Amino acid sequence: MDPQRKRKIRLVAALSVAVLLAVALIYTSFSASTETKEPSQLLSATPGTRAEMTGKVVPGTVRQEGSGIVFAVRDRDGEGRALPVSYTGTVPDPFRGGREIILTGSVESGTFVGEPDTLITKCPSKFTTKSDA
Amino acid sequence: MPSLGGALLALAFLTTVSAAVVALLGRNGDRRWIDLSRRLVYLFFALVTICVVIIELAFAGDDFSFSLVAEHSSIETPEFYKLAAMWSSQEGSLLLWAWVLSIVSTAALYATRHKLRELVPWATAVMMGIAATFTGLLLFAPGVDPFATTNPVPADGVGLTPLLQHPSMMIHPPMLYSGYVAFTVPFAFAIGALITRRIDAEWIRATRRFALIAWALLGFGLLLGARWSYTELGWGGYWAWDPVENAALMPWLLGTAFLHSIMVQEKRGMLKVWNASLIVGTFSMALLGTFLVRSGVLQSIHAFGDSTVGPYILGLIGVVLIGSTALIVSRLDDLRSEKRIDSLASRESVFLVNNLLLVALVAVIFWGTFFPLISELFTGEKASLAAPWFDEYTTPLGIALVLFTGIGPLLAWRRVSWASAKRVFLVPGIVAAVAAVVLLLFTDATNSLWAFALFVFAAFAMTGLGQEFWNGAAARKRLTGDSFPVALVGVVSRNRRRYGGYIVHIGVVVLLIGIAASSSFQTKRDLTLRPGESAVVDGRTVTYVKPTVATDPQKLSFGAVLRVEDGGSSTILRPGRDYFRPTGQQGGTIANFFEGEATSEVGLDAGPRNDLWTAVQPNLTDVKRRVNKADAAFATCVRGGPGAPPECAALTALMIGARDNPALRPAALAQIAKLQALTASQIADTYLEDDAPATFRVIIDPLVTWMWIGGLIALAGALIALWPTRGRRRGALVRTEADARKEAKYREIRDAELDHAVGKLSDQDFAVVDAELRREAVEILDKVEGERALNGNANGNGAGKKPAEVK
Repeated sequence: MDPQRKRKIRLVAALSVAVLLAVALIYTSFSASTETKEPSQLLSATPGTRAEMTGKVVPGTVRQEGSGIVFAVRDRDGEGRALPVSYTGTVPDPFRGGREIILTGSVESGTFVGEPDTLITKCPSKFTTKSDA
Repeated sequence: MPSLGGALLALAFLTTVSAAVVALLGRNGDRRWIDLSRRLVYLFFALVTICVVIIELAFAGDDFSFSLVAEHSSIETPEFYKLAAMWSSQEGSLLLWAWVLSIVSTAALYATRHKLRELVPWATAVMMGIAATFTGLLLFAPGVDPFATTNPVPADGVGLTPLLQHPSMMIHPPMLYSGYVAFTVPFAFAIGALITRRIDAEWIRATRRFALIAWALLGFGLLLGARWSYTELGWGGYWAWDPVENAALMPWLLGTAFLHSIMVQEKRGMLKVWNASLIVGTFSMALLGTFLVRSGVLQSIHAFGDSTVGPYILGLIGVVLIGSTALIVSRLDDLRSEKRIDSLASRESVFLVNNLLLVALVAVIFWGTFFPLISELFTGEKASLAAPWFDEYTTPLGIALVLFTGIGPLLAWRRVSWASAKRVFLVPGIVAAVAAVVLLLFTDATNSLWAFALFVFAAFAMTGLGQEFWNGAAARKRLTGDSFPVALVGVVSRNRRRYGGYIVHIGVVVLLIGIAASSSFQTKRDLTLRPGESAVVDGRTVTYVKPTVATDPQKLSFGAVLRVEDGGSSTILRPGRDYFRPTGQQGGTIANFFEGEATSEVGLDAGPRNDLWTAVQPNLTDVKRRVNKADAAFATCVRGGPGAPPECAALTALMIGARDNPALRPAALAQIAKLQALTASQIADTYLEDDAPATFRVIIDPLVTWMWIGGLIALAGALIALWPTRGRRRGALVRTEADARKEAKYREIRDAELDHAVGKLSDQDFAVVDAELRREAVEILDKVEGERALNGNANGNGAGKKPAEVK
């Protein structure tokens, strides 16, 4: 086989692998992803809606209940009605009232039930928002 | 002091701009302009250093007239962490960026002061352009002035959050930053090389060290972050595929690809477009990492608010990407390869495969990280991808990389005959096969096929690397007659780049074994136990022996004593949780203690086979009820009047006195705070009698210790590869580009000789390769002679020396 042709075959092979990877990425990412919502969007959601919720823990609402905790969250801008949340599992250290959290779970009878080990709390106070200061 | 700092910063900004302008005036190689621009860069370094010193002195001296200090430190903050508090702020971290940039640009320009006269002015201009962007941000962007002042000056600062008070948090951010920033040097020189069309290996030789330093620092920063997460964050993991983690991993992976593929350009004159694109990609990724943390674009545990500097950094990334792409496209003709790959069975072709795997890995991570934006673009809904999706792709790619990590070092450059391939692959192949059989028969490693494949490939790679060391030492022993250990040290120290690189490979393979084992065979259980109760986790009996309480002025600690019995042996672990009193506010309530920061103290028994990791979540419901009661009682006492119990008459009197005489107020408040702290520790002690159930997380993590050990081995390997070679230390030898080219060719000949001596090149292959190399060397020597004659420079050292047996 002449080298020119050999190179062409190699290029085609490499490109097809790349295309395959790209297609797989696109396909699986759309099917495996979870929608991200804010608490206000989940208040009126149909029961069973699964989502990755980002919100701010309402200070003073965190209580221990059984082996888990219950608390309320609001939208990140602090507006809107509070959404009750229940969660069982380990709570990250920075978790407390007023902190922003990310939690994956689903809405069940008006309460957002978090899946174990999906609670993420934002790093505290590092670079505080300065734009409105 | 703040105004002095501000003035110096403004001066530093002017210096960067003038350094860039002066450098461009010297673009035709005029020594005077180039020397002046270099000295301006040194001045920039000095000015930013003074700015950093002023800030650090303010932190050390609790000068709360700096708002930076007031917002991120306090009198009680431990001295050690006061110094680290600078980079826990937006403005401080940007100042750190500028400072590291001033250090690396100074070092790079000092190292190339006699070389690359055409290219250096452009590289200087690029580095100073970036420096001007960052110092300009500090000066002109709203809200990020590090020298902003407070009015009135507070008596005490807010303090540094206790979570960040961890030794690895001291060094994790500067390491990551230094890694990010040091990639500026190879990027700037690549741009210089493209503009001046000097696209041989010179810019690579001049900046290889900086790329390696950047890579090592970034890797070490990642490792420290993982370690912090594992030991401090109380969830027991070390990697979560969080956007900001990914943002730091991507430049590291691209940097890894770059470090490999530049060797191909250096030795074979190939992959020029690829290398230029890789370094542009790496640097853009480093900027992207800086941007993501500050933008609030993606939801991440690390996204520290939507700050004002995000758009500027995004603009810089745009300029870098568009400018570089246009430049590369316009230079495509000059970037054509000098040679073709001779054979698929050669080191360069394995490097190419490893590059493609690394880039694929980055593509996957990039897609996953930015998926929320992508999905919003196409479906209108934000959606995000979790760790399992990332694992699905990164696992097979990572395992394939381990395989090629094993194959690469066994192959020689240019070509490998079937006979020599068989010879070098024999032992590693057998060991891998034996390892597979042993794993199949004696362990349950086959429960996870991916992990099984990784262990087998790792056995192959490690044996191959061991064989390299063995054969190298044996060849040297034959040559010198030294004992084996002396010969081993000799061959390593004479070929630091090669063997340092091998040590990095060993470290990375060990690290990946740790990751594979701990992620595939981990046992994780959450248990709720009362004191005295036990549970069985993975054959071990875990008993909650008793609760513990410790109090000090800063915090209340609720802990547990756990006994873990495994067969005959038993281990005591003491996980706990610390509740910190909020700093910087006075006259609060006892409940304040529980609303401040809380951090987990992990109970960890690390071992070569397993880590036993425990954390506790104490149930404080009863404690908090008593706290609320006590707070109510205090309030009644302070108010006085009817219903106040008689024992707090003294307190009531004190408060009434303070109301009438404001001068007494601070003393009264201090008295109350003291009483509250006393009550808090008394109430805390009642936790011991509560018999309250506590929630424990128990993780049995096999081989995870090897992850940290592997990381440190890799770091050591990088240091060995970086250590100056003897010729370098003598200094005079390598001064001009021609000398550098000559040295590089000699090194290549030495490499081929070593490959021959250790049996990677058959006699026949070696004869061909050696002849080619010597012909190339003679060409270079002729050219050097020619240049010398032209310059009338007679005192060339060793210019006439023909390439002899150099090993």
